[in-house]
Amino acid sequence: MKYVIIGNSTAAVACIENLRTVDREGSIVVISDEPHHCYGRPTISYCLMGATSRENMKYRPDDFYQKYGVTTKLGVKVTAIDPSAKIVKLENGEEESYDKLLVATGSRPFVPPMEGLDGVKNKFSFMTMDDMDALEKVLSPKKKVLVIGAGLIGLKCVEGIAERVGKITVVDLADRILPSILDSEGAAIIQRQLEEKGVEFILNDCAQRFEGKKVTLKNSGREISFDVLVVAVGVRANTELVKEAGGNVNRGIVVDTHMRTSLPDIYAAGDCAEGYDSSTGSNRILALLPNAYFQGRVAGINMAGGEAEQTNAIPMNAIGFFGSHILTAGVYEGECLSHIQGSIYKKLFVKDGRLVGFILINDFLRAGIYTQLVRDKVDLAEVDFSLLADHPQLLAYSREARKKKLSRKV
Amino acid sequence: MKRIYVNEEWCLGCHMCEYECIFANSGLDEMFKLKGRTKEFGPRIQVEGGDNSNVHFAVNCRHCTNAICVQSCIAGALSKTDEGMVRIDKNKCVGCFTCVLVCPFGAIMPGPDGKSAQKCMLCTDNLIGEPNCVKHCPNNAIVYEERD
Repeated sequence: MKYVIIGNSTAAVACIENLRTVDREGSIVVISDEPHHCYGRPTISYCLMGATSRENMKYRPDDFYQKYGVTTKLGVKVTAIDPSAKIVKLENGEEESYDKLLVATGSRPFVPPMEGLDGVKNKFSFMTMDDMDALEKVLSPKKKVLVIGAGLIGLKCVEGIAERVGKITVVDLADRILPSILDSEGAAIIQRQLEEKGVEFILNDCAQRFEGKKVTLKNSGREISFDVLVVAVGVRANTELVKEAGGNVNRGIVVDTHMRTSLPDIYAAGDCAEGYDSSTGSNRILALLPNAYFQGRVAGINMAGGEAEQTNAIPMNAIGFFGSHILTAGVYEGECLSHIQGSIYKKLFVKDGRLVGFILINDFLRAGIYTQLVRDKVDLAEVDFSLLADHPQLLAYSREARKKKLSRKV
Repeated sequence: MKRIYVNEEWCLGCHMCEYECIFANSGLDEMFKLKGRTKEFGPRIQVEGGDNSNVHFAVNCRHCTNAICVQSCIAGALSKTDEGMVRIDKNKCVGCFTCVLVCPFGAIMPGPDGKSAQKCMLCTDNLIGEPNCVKHCPNNAIVYEERD
């Protein structure tokens, strides 16, 4: 059996590690256009702020590929998949045949057309190690940085570079920062904390026109000068290979709960894949590192002839800025129990007798006990929710349920 | 692999395990030297049930077979040893606390400096060598043994 994996990040690593629990013999080839040993993508901001190093960013040890019997072709782009001949074609003219193929191609920055953008010299995205290296070269204490996009990527970039540049201005068309994970009230708390660090936010606005080192905003008409531009407006899944091969593609590559695409023997996982989200009951891209692992794991086991399924994926996120931490999961619907005090912000969302989501800012210890309630759709009648509403604790479970958790191997 | 298991019916709620955990990981040679310094070292085991509760038990890492923390770690800082223990590499940890978000036991927590996570490694990462909490539990409310 020969396995080919396109991509070399979380989903690919998960596929390798779990595939090998079923098939120790088959050959595995990993092909990626990135020339690096696998690394934790979201750690790039931490590297810029000195909280980790390039060496420590390695997602797995140096001997990982060797230990798992993987041949790597790094720094080479795959240009096409031929699903009838079961080969992938590389840009260097080589071909690689496969019995089972995983597409783990991730996503790329989405840069909307903006007038004059081509004339901006120092412009960057912030998703990869190469992005990080390029950005780092232009950082210096007097530089003014303009970040377009107040989402997870844009603001982690802000945190990463804050101590290494002068002024940072963030512009976003949304009415609040971090709109994908926070409601308005929660976003206001984090915005205030970032503002205390000297970051300026201009919301409800977007770039109309760039002229060299200057941008004019559309709604306010404001002009902002900058030395460095970071565009972090959004991402697009890399679906083209599967689409051109005739596979079913929506916003992401459509996969079933086994991570199978519509093409035979081709699987997809990670940020390029659109799988089942149990919090909404529909397919969507959940571009989160843990989800990339879960999906890659399921793909790997199934590719090797085992049986695995992912039916309980939910959105969830842990992110921090300057010592504040935001942990969120699920959906923000139904009855809301809130506790807000100073920089502490806690909201639990209960619907149809189940915890369906939460937002925890700066009060997050043992949050995983909540996450499990959301993920497993636990009937709150089975637990003492008054205890849980106060703080996450296993005391809220019945003695019998607790025994299963703490008195046997899990 | 031997793991720590809970005998809830025997737990007195005395919190000795927490202090023994702090001591084991403090690097200090005498318990009395912890006086006034316990806040510098957070315990990796936690007793549930307050003063008014009839029920008490201690919770620390279960070293899960399919450990969701290991699968979720954004930095590759959490891993499983060949024996099955979940270990954390503090140098790789960036302190995002995704592990705190996913651990269904609430058994992984920020370290005292808040910059990285910490968790029970069965005292393999200190000079004690085997779980100090179990060794000093006065009532066998936690045990260290092989179970299925």
